[in-house]
Amino acid sequence: MDFGQIFTLTITQAFGVTALIYLFAAIGLNIQFGYTGLLNFGQVAFVAAGAYSVGVIVLTFDLSLWLSIVVALITSTILALLLGIPTLRLRADYLAIVTIAASELLRLLVRSIAFKDVFGGAQGLNGKLGQEFHDLNPLPADFTLPVLSWSRQDLWVVIVGWSLALLFTLFVWGLVRSPWGRVVKGIREDEDAVVSLGKNVFVYKLQALVIGGGIAAFGGILWAVAKQSVQPDTFQPDFTFFVFTILLLGGAARVFGPIAGTVIFWFLLAGFGEVLSSLINNGYIDFLTATDVGSIRFMLMGLGLMLLMIFRPQGIFGDRRELALDAR
Amino acid sequence: MHANTENTAPGRAAAYNALRDVAQVPGSPKPDPILIADHVSRQFGGLKAVDVAHVEIQRGSITALIGPNGAGKTTLFNLLTGFDKPDTGQWTLNTKPIAGKAPYRLARMGMVRTFQLTKALSRMTVMDNMLLGANGQSGERVFNALLPFTWKAQERANAERAMELLGRFNLDTKIDDFAGSLSGGQRKLLEMARALMVGPEIVMLDEPMAGVNPALTQSLLGHIKNIREEGTTVLFVEHDMDMVHDISDWVIVMAQGQVIAEGPPDAVMKDPQVIEAYLGSRHGSALTADGTSLTADSQGGNT
Repeated sequence: MDFGQIFTLTITQAFGVTALIYLFAAIGLNIQFGYTGLLNFGQVAFVAAGAYSVGVIVLTFDLSLWLSIVVALITSTILALLLGIPTLRLRADYLAIVTIAASELLRLLVRSIAFKDVFGGAQGLNGKLGQEFHDLNPLPADFTLPVLSWSRQDLWVVIVGWSLALLFTLFVWGLVRSPWGRVVKGIREDEDAVVSLGKNVFVYKLQALVIGGGIAAFGGILWAVAKQSVQPDTFQPDFTFFVFTILLLGGAARVFGPIAGTVIFWFLLAGFGEVLSSLINNGYIDFLTATDVGSIRFMLMGLGLMLLMIFRPQGIFGDRRELALDAR
Repeated sequence: MHANTENTAPGRAAAYNALRDVAQVPGSPKPDPILIADHVSRQFGGLKAVDVAHVEIQRGSITALIGPNGAGKTTLFNLLTGFDKPDTGQWTLNTKPIAGKAPYRLARMGMVRTFQLTKALSRMTVMDNMLLGANGQSGERVFNALLPFTWKAQERANAERAMELLGRFNLDTKIDDFAGSLSGGQRKLLEMARALMVGPEIVMLDEPMAGVNPALTQSLLGHIKNIREEGTTVLFVEHDMDMVHDISDWVIVMAQGQVIAEGPPDAVMKDPQVIEAYLGSRHGSALTADGTSLTADSQGGNT
């Protein structure tokens, strides 16, 4: 077994393009769920809104990528308002129901035959999506990494993606330490108490939903640009639940929770996969085949999550003292 | 009234003088009412939980709203503070009509409430709980949040005011503790201090003494008196008559959703209708050994 190669491949995935997509969704969800307490079970819808905005503007309408980023933010804001305005005045669980339904609705809408001309149907939109972005790549044309297995193109996406992710983390840090952050944390703890102190809770919840959705949309933009393809069936509800897993792993309501959670999630997932494949290929395990690895690594991931919840329920970065408190 | 001779606090004397000549009947007009409610009703299915024809709250006084369990006290509280919507009714704060306004607007207008089940924001520090109470914070606008220089000075001023209030409530050593780590009584104190942080004209306390030990009850009563001495009106819900007797200037009694009596505490506690509401004279009379009714003269039988 080549442990060096296993480690390299695992690290490549832990910090890679796919991990970054989840990271943006998790930073957004951290504002919504971690700090404000909004049960948004449709985070994938915001990612899809970002990805499809790029796809439609660049491929269907043949306009600039930069314009599509603006459109992505507008689309995600509209989506947040559509989801939030009817439900945020109601009890918390209504948002959960509406968001999970809306995310599926959106996926079925973009893959429908009726809108095939715009959204590309079940095949989605494939083509030169991020050309303007990749043209800016400053890395030399024959560039290869000595250790990690990113291509020149992927490395450029990873560099910009991580810079943006750190920028958004800084943004969240600034937001939550301000009086605005204090209000949304109060809403998470007890909405009525915050109302009784004269705060318009509805507006704060809507703001949190819009901001979190906007950051998640960047995950979608990155997706379209890096993978040069937008496909409806990649935006399944399980995406949202992986994002929740990431957030709980790292610790909700922690500024660095999403980053820690994302890296650990993908490190473990990729690590389990690589080790298992290697064991099977080298004949150490003969009761499994290579095709089983995909699902078994998720089982191991689930086991890991259960152990985490038992021995460190506050997540990696969480504060146990805080969790011990009665939430109400 | 003898109870008042021993107390020389100016707020109490003023409230006593103002209420001395007020008629002791349900819905009586007050000389300087801060809150006036008319025809407030709320129905839950077939049950009329609240049906108050008219009630006025004197400014600068401590008014107790008492009544047996299920009398509709908390429901009336929820209606007046905007946390529940009435079927009918109009009410004014400082002569401004406020029926149908959102609860957060009422808080900003100076009517701040607390809750029967204390709502300390557990996973926030005591200081953060307090700062949340301050109104008109520019840093609470999302566009200013990332520009600390737009709110730092205001934040410091608010923190100073919070420290002063926390000192009064003996919580100033706990500012960095999570509110959830405080004892039940301390949470009550924190909730009261937080309500005062809003700078209210009238504080509405929903059973402030519920589930609090006798020693702390005395301290809570002292704090409520202090609130009045600073010129803030207090309206509080309670069902224990003994607590009410000590601190209130005026008592409003509710039973079955209606105001059935009003007056100074001494007079109200002697009112046969009130005793009936609490004990149920006509049904309760059968329980006494010699057959006489619990109320000396059972004139109050108007159900």
